[in-house]
Amino acid sequence: MSCDDTVDCGRRRLLVATAAAGGVAGVAVAVPFVASMLPSERAKAAGAPVEVDISRLAPGEMMTVEWRGKPVWIINRTKEQLASLAKIGEKLADPKSEKNMQPAYAKNETRSIKPEILVAVGICTHLGCSPTEKFKTGAESGIDADWPGGFFCPCHGSTFDLAGRVYKSKPAPDNLEIPPHMYLGDAKLVIGEDKKA
Amino acid sequence: MSKVNAILQGTLNWVDERFPLTSNWKAHLSEYYAPKNFNFWYFFGSLAMLVLVIQIVTGIFLTMHFKPDASLNASGVPVAFASVEYIMRDVPWGWLIRYMHSTGASAFFIVVYMHMFRGMLYGSYRKPRELIWIFGMVIFLCLMAEAFFGYLLPWGQMSFWGAQVIVNLFSAIPLIGPDLSLWLRGDYVVGDATLNRFFAFHVIAVPLVLLGLVAAHILALHEVGSNNPDGVEIKKKKDANGIPLDGIPFHPYYSVKDIVGVVVFLMVFSVIVFFMPEFGGYFLEYNNFFPADPLVTPPHIAPVWYFTPYYSILRAVTYPLFGIDAKFWGVVAMGASTLIIALLPWLDRSPVKSIRYRGPLYKGFLAAFIVSFFILGYLGMLGPTPMRTLVAQICSVIYFAFFLLMPIYSSLDKCQPEPDRVTSK
Amino acid sequence: MKKFLSAILFAPLLAFGAGAELHLDRAPDKANDMAALQNGAKIFVNYCLNCHSASYMRYNRLKDIGLNDAQIKDNLLFTAEKVGEPMKIAMQRADAKVWFGAAPPDLTVIARARASEFGSGADWLYTYLRGFYRDDKRPTGWNNVVFENVGMPHVLWELQGEQVMGADHKLNLVKPGKLKPQEFDAAVGDLVGFLKYMGEPMAEFRKQLGVIVLIFLAVVFVFAYALKREYWKDVH
Repeated sequence: MSCDDTVDCGRRRLLVATAAAGGVAGVAVAVPFVASMLPSERAKAAGAPVEVDISRLAPGEMMTVEWRGKPVWIINRTKEQLASLAKIGEKLADPKSEKNMQPAYAKNETRSIKPEILVAVGICTHLGCSPTEKFKTGAESGIDADWPGGFFCPCHGSTFDLAGRVYKSKPAPDNLEIPPHMYLGDAKLVIGEDKKA
Repeated sequence: MSKVNAILQGTLNWVDERFPLTSNWKAHLSEYYAPKNFNFWYFFGSLAMLVLVIQIVTGIFLTMHFKPDASLNASGVPVAFASVEYIMRDVPWGWLIRYMHSTGASAFFIVVYMHMFRGMLYGSYRKPRELIWIFGMVIFLCLMAEAFFGYLLPWGQMSFWGAQVIVNLFSAIPLIGPDLSLWLRGDYVVGDATLNRFFAFHVIAVPLVLLGLVAAHILALHEVGSNNPDGVEIKKKKDANGIPLDGIPFHPYYSVKDIVGVVVFLMVFSVIVFFMPEFGGYFLEYNNFFPADPLVTPPHIAPVWYFTPYYSILRAVTYPLFGIDAKFWGVVAMGASTLIIALLPWLDRSPVKSIRYRGPLYKGFLAAFIVSFFILGYLGMLGPTPMRTLVAQICSVIYFAFFLLMPIYSSLDKCQPEPDRVTSK
Repeated sequence: MKKFLSAILFAPLLAFGAGAELHLDRAPDKANDMAALQNGAKIFVNYCLNCHSASYMRYNRLKDIGLNDAQIKDNLLFTAEKVGEPMKIAMQRADAKVWFGAAPPDLTVIARARASEFGSGADWLYTYLRGFYRDDKRPTGWNNVVFENVGMPHVLWELQGEQVMGADHKLNLVKPGKLKPQEFDAAVGDLVGFLKYMGEPMAEFRKQLGVIVLIFLAVVFVFAYALKREYWKDVH
């Protein structure tokens, strides 16, 4: 752009400078407004660990506790259910739990510390619905004839096995999240904390 | 009598010297010339204005009693949910205001879908009305946002899980997604923070934008003039005074005609408000009479009917592509399905505007599009099965084909010649 | 090509017919039967209002079903002091959760919430309350035909007696209760009628008002249409 009769370069420079300074001010003012929508200190502090007594959880049953506003499932799997986990590997998207959806101590066949007790966040990795338990096997489950038991998400039809591993070609991309957890005694479980004390 | 008239005239003159009242009245009503051949489809623009007014007025009065609070009261019910039942029972006439607002939400979409379909039938989006169409599409997007934010407020099961799913859609965006949905929620789960901000968006932020856009939509329309069922420009044939030969002043002709439309609409609206406010579970979903429970998703979850076609398209995408998972592409397809409508002015290459003079190709594609839109809408209300997903995939392809192939088939089509002047039916 | 077309044509039919059927018995309509609604209210406060609240429903609203303040106070007011108070309960939710596994839900709008494509909420409640059967595998000893593994015990068992699930998935009464089966069905019908009323107490008034509004709008339509005709004479 050359300076000629139609363009006053002195004015233009000042215009650009003022506009740039105004733009900076606008962005700077936007920052606190945008940031105000982030989780507040209260929301950040709300994630205290939860203690659960699982002594009354019979094999084949499950219980749900609330941790950070999310459902956490605790399932006491039967021998047959555990045996089924090994057989369905090729139907699963991530049978060996290679994606980082669990603490290292739960990266195993059963995705748990104790083989029979599964602790998982009951939130579908697709869009956040809570899947429904479908522990009945076979056609009675309403899913398919060789269904070994697991979970079905009512929102978009994703299915998970009894270790929270997602089936192939389903909308959900990942296995269910395993929250940090540890045992304080035989039947006392803490969810949300895993200090190796 | 003449004395009264003189005072009135004097007052009007006083105002006109200070504010363009009479000139605006003339420009937008008494000397705005609209084609004389408007038919049934042309009622829906003014009806959309009426519903907007209904929603704003009922909304203001609901705000006086509603509490956006997700905490539990002494009976263990979320305060927001309880305050809606308080409006329904304890506030005098609260039930009527609430039913008008909930029915109005669905009525808004019915009216706007009819209004948009009118635009497609008669090519109202074509040059020089592209900007009217763009403003209209942004209004439509705002309306969807407004409906979505409003739907969380009663804090029932469908409110909660609907918001959960939609906010999580944003987490599908690569890299920034998870942080973006955290920012939208203001908490790690949909909770009190989310309810409060959705309330702010619903009652002030989006309505302000909506009102501005409606003004822009109408200003742009009045700049270029209305289209009509024949799709011919009435401004091309004017009389000696510069008035279009086929134009009649909007006021009084269309104002009195629209009153008839308004009364008929109000009759239908009243039938729903007074006799079937739930409308078989489509306008008020049954599961939403359960308070929100963050631990249990209801077994049958579906969005409200006006979102179901796009929701079906979201679910229809089940294949990963370019190494990004299907979830992301589903969101992209859903977003594209609403945004692509805005491109119609540039996709349509037909020499004529109105369906009356279009050829069989366009009519066939339009019919297939409408049918697949309804099928998608229906499937979106049902749970997913492999068969339904396949049907949804076929219908999604038809949906997009209607738009993406339009440059080809609209220019190949055998059209009839447009008339010079508008025809009377 | 032909195959593809027929796939498109018939796929919707296949796609739409699916899903497990839930068979519900039709609840009798008691909306205008004041005696039945009053009886239902009595059953409700005696049997339900110990564990379930109806926290948006005020006692004095029962005037809608033909009761006066004195009658409400003498016969129904167990859980509150004043007739203007809502139907709350003394039980703490945390205790309830321990006892039943889940806190008993508030029942004010239950008849609206339980509606589905299979029937109205009243139908569901009518089937549910008559559908308890003995099941030793459950902690309460009871199961239900429409609410599998329900946490609630069969509160009305003294009235109905005991049912068991036969091999044909039908219920058989093995131990009769205080009421004959028809009497029990009638009592549950009254209770469900009351729950339906409580879900939307203004429902009957709403419909009456609707008739007046529509008649008024019909008159306005005549005026508006005549006005439009009058003006549009010049156009055609």
